[in-house]
Amino acid sequence: MTQPERMLEVEGVSLRFGGVRALNNVSFHVERGELFSIIGPNGAGKTSLLNCISGRYRPNEGSIRFRGEQLLGRSINDRARLGIGRTFQNLALFGHMSVLDNILVGRHHLLKNNVITGMLYWASGARREELAHRKRVEEIIDFLEIQHVRNEPAGTLSYGLRKRVELARAVAIEPELILLDEPMAGMNLEEKEDMARYIVDLGQEFNMTIVMIEHDMGVVVDLSDRVIVLDFGKLIAGGTPEEVMADEHVKRAYLGEEDELLHDEEAEAMPSKQPEGVGA
Amino acid sequence: MSHVPYPRPCGDFRTTYAEDASLYKTRPAFRAAVAITLLAALMPIISWTMPAVVSTAMISNLIQIGILAIAALGLNVLVGFTGQISLGHAAFFGFGAFSSAYLVNNFSVPVLLAIPAAGIVTALVGFLFGLPAARLKGLYLAIATLAAQFILEDFFARATWFTEGYGVTADRPVLAGLSLADDRWFYYVVLFWVIISFIGVSNLRRSRDGRAFVAVRDHYLSAEIMGINLTKYRVLSFGVSSFFAGLAGALYGHFLGFVSVEAFTILLSIQFLAMIIIGGLGSVTGSLLGAAFIFMLPPTMQSFASSLAEIFPAMQQGVAYVKEMAIGLAIILFLILEPEGLIHLWRRIRASWKLFPFSH
Ligand SMILES: Nc1ncnc2c1ncn2[C@@H]1O[C@H](COP(=O)(O)OP(=O)(O)OP(=O)(O)O)[C@@H](O)[C@H]1O
Ligand SMILES: [Mg+2]
Repeated sequence: MTQPERMLEVEGVSLRFGGVRALNNVSFHVERGELFSIIGPNGAGKTSLLNCISGRYRPNEGSIRFRGEQLLGRSINDRARLGIGRTFQNLALFGHMSVLDNILVGRHHLLKNNVITGMLYWASGARREELAHRKRVEEIIDFLEIQHVRNEPAGTLSYGLRKRVELARAVAIEPELILLDEPMAGMNLEEKEDMARYIVDLGQEFNMTIVMIEHDMGVVVDLSDRVIVLDFGKLIAGGTPEEVMADEHVKRAYLGEEDELLHDEEAEAMPSKQPEGVGA
Repeated sequence: MSHVPYPRPCGDFRTTYAEDASLYKTRPAFRAAVAITLLAALMPIISWTMPAVVSTAMISNLIQIGILAIAALGLNVLVGFTGQISLGHAAFFGFGAFSSAYLVNNFSVPVLLAIPAAGIVTALVGFLFGLPAARLKGLYLAIATLAAQFILEDFFARATWFTEGYGVTADRPVLAGLSLADDRWFYYVVLFWVIISFIGVSNLRRSRDGRAFVAVRDHYLSAEIMGINLTKYRVLSFGVSSFFAGLAGALYGHFLGFVSVEAFTILLSIQFLAMIIIGGLGSVTGSLLGAAFIFMLPPTMQSFASSLAEIFPAMQQGVAYVKEMAIGLAIILFLILEPEGLIHLWRRIRASWKLFPFSH
């Protein structure tokens, strides 16, 4: 492992959908080991930014480097092998598979057995390999406290549990960089506290670098090392949570201070907690 | 969050990961599978010793069910696992039949070797047709596979070097100088491949690439993020499904003794689809149940209609008509009452047996 390079460098990224400028010349970087948050009102372009990093969207301009390596132009299914995992804003589990199988899919790029060796199972060593990886998966299951649903079809679980299973699946990739799109949306206070604990542990015990989109300001301020703020596709502020919260632009655009309101749109841009918008 | 351990169904005593990954989740289920396999293996012996109990006609029926089940299993990998569709499965089935006969007739390949070889050749053809198909979805994919059906049917009619233009003979196998021409011997050849195929696909389902297939079906966007190459797995799924179609087709050819260019129509493709829908999409055992159901339905309804005609002589004229109606009705009723397939029905029956009489 080489230490000096930055985990993620985003430079001058712009993304357009027809007339909509979802991202407008966005630049920032994430250091190894950071817990990095992206905030901003609905429709600000947060998910689009994550989609650019994970390969779903191709920016019109700019560059995205992961550990010094250019990501643009590489296929989506390369991300796992490179060391990038993610969760989705709108749940994206394999609904008919068991929780266990969902998480095992995260091991895909680490497993070597194929159609033929898989069919031969006992004779080809596929069994040994599968069981070895299952051991690691059980550790992840224990960490996220989902033992009690491990054999349930993922589609039948409650919202909060599904969010956790999705996190487990992303952790199973063993990524160096994990991208979390609103991991706490739609959760009650207790579930949020659990989730916050898991996220902190991802950084401290699993040594992952975390990029998180989150609307809950309390969580963002408590957990983040650094924060950037997007508004209408533009990066309007960045720094420590305290710096960002004190920033005049942020107050105006994001928190919508009433006496300083310039436009009606800004009032509408108040953060809301329901998961909506164009998912990944 | 509550941390009450999830209560497992009564009789479920798994304690290790290995047990968790085993093919049969409980001992009784494993024993039932072994018992059924042993019984199946005994059928020819019963037929030799007590022909009154197991007739040669029954053996012939079981052979055909076994062959259809292998083909249905292959289609279930494509449709049930990977969530694609194929209206051309019968054509691949036919391609296997011709390939095996071709290898035997022209290169004197032993039949027992030609059968799996035909599976491999058909898998390659499946990859070929799967390549464009992997980029299509839904109705477009259905049409593309329909094209495969017609292209291959046309090929059978034109490629006289391969099919003589009308059909070719396909011999029964010989093993160590011993002819396996008798149905009861051939039965064991089919049983062997049924067991191999069903265990193989069950293993696939619990290993890396089988999970990848299902992941592609359930949510292809997140499958991609998990490192799964969508195109690769869609094409691969066509290949695997064609392998089993070809293997089954080869068995079918050598069973019939003659492979006709007209035997592999879209109607058979649709019947294969009916088998897996009725058996249970994505279910390995369901493929077998569905094949048996679709195969047995016409003769069952025939005798049903005939006995009705005996009670109501006025019906005599319409026996054939009543039979067709009854088949349609049975399928529709089935889909309404048990939309998840025979496998679901079977699981319910088994659940009520398990630990009888102490189950709760
Ligand atoms: N696939 C797409 N096609 C067209 N427009 C899109 C697409 N994806 C995003 N957009 C647009 O880009 C803008 C940013 O959307 P994005 O989903 O990134 O916002 P967000 O910051 O994640 O919002 P939210 O907090 O609601 O999740 C929106 O105006 C949205 O309508
Ligand atoms: Mg979003």
